[in-house]
Amino acid sequence: MRRSALAAIAAIGSASLLVAGCSKADDNKNENGTKSAGANAATKGVVNASDKKGGTLTYELSDVPDSFDPGNTYYAYMYNLSRLWARPLMTFKPGAGEEGNTLVPDLAASKGVPSDGGKTWTYKLRSGLKYEDGSPITSKDVKYAVERSNFARDVLSLGPNYFQQFLAGGDKYKGPYKDKSDKGLSSIETPDDTTVVFHLKQAFQEFDYLVAAPQTAPVPKAKDKGVDYVKSIVSSGSYKFQSYEDGKQAILVRNENWDAKTDPLRKQLPDKIVVKLKVNPETIDQDVLAGKAIDLAGTGVQASTQADVITDPDKKAGTDNTFGGRLVYMAINTKVAPFDKVECRKAVQYAIDKVSVQTAEGGPIRGEIASTVLPPDIPGYAKSDVYATSGNKGDVAKAKAQLKACGKSSISTNISARSDRPQEVDAATAIINSLKKVGINASLKQYPSGKYFTDYAGVPKFTEKQNLGLIMMQWGADWPSGYGFLQQILNGKAISQSGNTNLAQYDSKDVNNLLSKAIGTQDTTERNSLYTQIDKKTMDDAVLVPLTYFKVLLARPQNYTNLVSTAAFSGQYDYLNIGVASK
Amino acid sequence: MISYILRRTFAAVILLLVVSAVTFAIFFLLPRLAGQTADQLAQQYIGKSPSKADIAAVKHNLGLDQPVYVQYWHFIKGIVAGADYSIGPTTVHCDAPCFGYSFKNHQAVWPELTSRIPITLSLAVGAAVLWLLSGVVAGVISALKPRSVYDRAFMGVALAGVSLPMFFTGNLALLLFTEQLPIFGRDYVPFTENPSQWANTLFPAWCSLALLYSAIYARLTRSGMLETMNEDFIRTARAKGLRERNVVVRHGLRAALTPIITVFGMDVGLLLGGAVITEYVFSLPGVGQYAVQGITDNDLPKILGVTLLAAFFVVIANLVVDVLYAAADPRVRLS
Repeated sequence: MRRSALAAIAAIGSASLLVAGCSKADDNKNENGTKSAGANAATKGVVNASDKKGGTLTYELSDVPDSFDPGNTYYAYMYNLSRLWARPLMTFKPGAGEEGNTLVPDLAASKGVPSDGGKTWTYKLRSGLKYEDGSPITSKDVKYAVERSNFARDVLSLGPNYFQQFLAGGDKYKGPYKDKSDKGLSSIETPDDTTVVFHLKQAFQEFDYLVAAPQTAPVPKAKDKGVDYVKSIVSSGSYKFQSYEDGKQAILVRNENWDAKTDPLRKQLPDKIVVKLKVNPETIDQDVLAGKAIDLAGTGVQASTQADVITDPDKKAGTDNTFGGRLVYMAINTKVAPFDKVECRKAVQYAIDKVSVQTAEGGPIRGEIASTVLPPDIPGYAKSDVYATSGNKGDVAKAKAQLKACGKSSISTNISARSDRPQEVDAATAIINSLKKVGINASLKQYPSGKYFTDYAGVPKFTEKQNLGLIMMQWGADWPSGYGFLQQILNGKAISQSGNTNLAQYDSKDVNNLLSKAIGTQDTTERNSLYTQIDKKTMDDAVLVPLTYFKVLLARPQNYTNLVSTAAFSGQYDYLNIGVASK
Repeated sequence: MISYILRRTFAAVILLLVVSAVTFAIFFLLPRLAGQTADQLAQQYIGKSPSKADIAAVKHNLGLDQPVYVQYWHFIKGIVAGADYSIGPTTVHCDAPCFGYSFKNHQAVWPELTSRIPITLSLAVGAAVLWLLSGVVAGVISALKPRSVYDRAFMGVALAGVSLPMFFTGNLALLLFTEQLPIFGRDYVPFTENPSQWANTLFPAWCSLALLYSAIYARLTRSGMLETMNEDFIRTARAKGLRERNVVVRHGLRAALTPIITVFGMDVGLLLGGAVITEYVFSLPGVGQYAVQGITDNDLPKILGVTLLAAFFVVIANLVVDVLYAAADPRVRLS
């Protein structure tokens, strides 16, 4: 039902945009009449670089974000956008592609200083920092922000809890709403108003990535209203909230108490920033193509618009097609027989025609065929293809040979996909057809994405009971490093009884040890080489089938300035300094 | 009349209680029967990798650690007497009628609904006026000139209108009226702020919705009028020398109105509960959008709020229809 409705939207949207396209011969020209910078220009550098101030910048989102509260959000686009009103200790340098993965100090004056072998991290704040009301920002506000966002998940439940996991004593602290003392969590120290020190349980050499989360953006304790803080956020960034209507719209205006001298990153260009929510996706595409808005989610244009823009050379010149830091893959459940045997898993690896899967996912523009766990835009990636087949179309002979080695001539199993993700269902169907050729009969089981991890694919007992041997999945890193990508999907210690994301239930001592070793290794090159080793070991064990490296197709609004697609935020444009070319 | 309305109001309250109980049961009991635990339900409202303590705390905050009948009782009590929610550093009082707090973002449901009702109301009322006028006029003309060019043209348009889905007509209207010929705005403006802008931004949505609905009214009116205009009392009216306009409007149309009033009441009532697809296509932040969000998030308080609101409007619309019957047909008495 839902698929046919979406197909209808797609067809109609495509037809209507075709009409629109026919009547505008010069759509790739901006308001100044100049040609666009060319296809993929924003993946190589900043497009329309400008310091011009003024105008209204509009973001449109077809959904609603989890929250505008920096301590209660987990969406990549909110991590990106929230930096306008919430300055974390560290952030990512606005830069093209992997250059955007570069960490730079934001609220902090410099990168974290590790000591005790990486178990203690010290940050010094910049001087002269102020909130929108003119009151000074202190290190205590940073400490409080981390405490409220990680240790009160019954109140602010939507963000991640890495600090709770990694800080010493994090498992015992009850959070600032229950613990009324001023002392707070003892493993975060604030010896003075500009210094904050984090004490960790174990060495963690990528801690600078953790403090780049909006959870370290300061929150004044006296102004915190728990879940209602979202209605009166106190800005530490270059913009502040003029109005906020839950689920509808937010309007940001310049924060007069933000001082450019304390902030080498932000330019504060537009006069006003409007964030519209629940906008028809077709309308968003129309507005983006007309240069009037940015698609906040940054996942790319609709399928109907895609057909329009990639067939029109002028429109294609105004698009950016880049990796989104994500892997589309199928986990092979090592706890469901006969996939507990590596040969049976290898039979699956060889059997799959990845070209048919790529087509089902939307074609090459939506993803390159994958052969490694780490995508190309994540450090640690090394080109490799352990189960190479001619033209990536699968190899029936090799698959059958592996099946024989496994002691089977046929296998009967189930494959799961999210029912409200038509491309995932289509990809699973393509896989079923491939597997059938070698004698592996998989039946498709569809589950809603809202409960995929809590009730179905993420519940090991359920998968074992339901003979779910193959599980469709898509994964992106919480921060752009090998650890940020691999830890939750390959670490045996991450397997949980519900909400599990290590869907293969892969518990390899080698991989677990390599992950622990990597995160304690200070040298970046050495650390990345460990991630490469983990990738290779995982592929040798054949516990997941990489299908495609996910790509986004962004339409670039011609009327906006400083557009650069960054790997740090899944290929989205960096939202820190976008301006308006004409008011 | 008053006792009739009182009786109907009492029946409506009972109906709303049943609707809320059924919705509650669908949300809580069916998943339990399918093997879902309260922990799993609670976990849907927390981010990744929650600890056991996190799940227990959320379960407690949302009241999921209590038996379903206790949760239902608290919900009903909140509607009548309001409720206090102590989540985080502050205790928030939710005035009656308190429809609870969203499980997802912990915002009170009732203020959200009341802020969205004017948008849905604007959409429904404007479209209803258009479809009623156009549908009835087209139906009357078609009935008076059966098999004429007018009849065939109106019925052809009616057939197209009822056949074309909102995804098509809505997107087409948006493209034509806000992109190709940008004479209409797209961002909703409240009536209280600027009435002309309000009408300007809603007009494409009204037209799309009216096209969809007016077809039914045109066909209903046509068939009703064709039947009525051949009745003896019409011949009598003409024999008495009444003007044709009076014969058609005061006698013919009035007699054919009853089924139209019935359908109109139901349609408006249902629309007030949220014109989901129209609000989606035209990006109107109304009750329908809120309902979709609630369903997407598996957020019971939101779903309950919208369900009860929709049921309330349907009940009220039915009551109004019954009263209008009496006005349209003197043979009907409200007793």
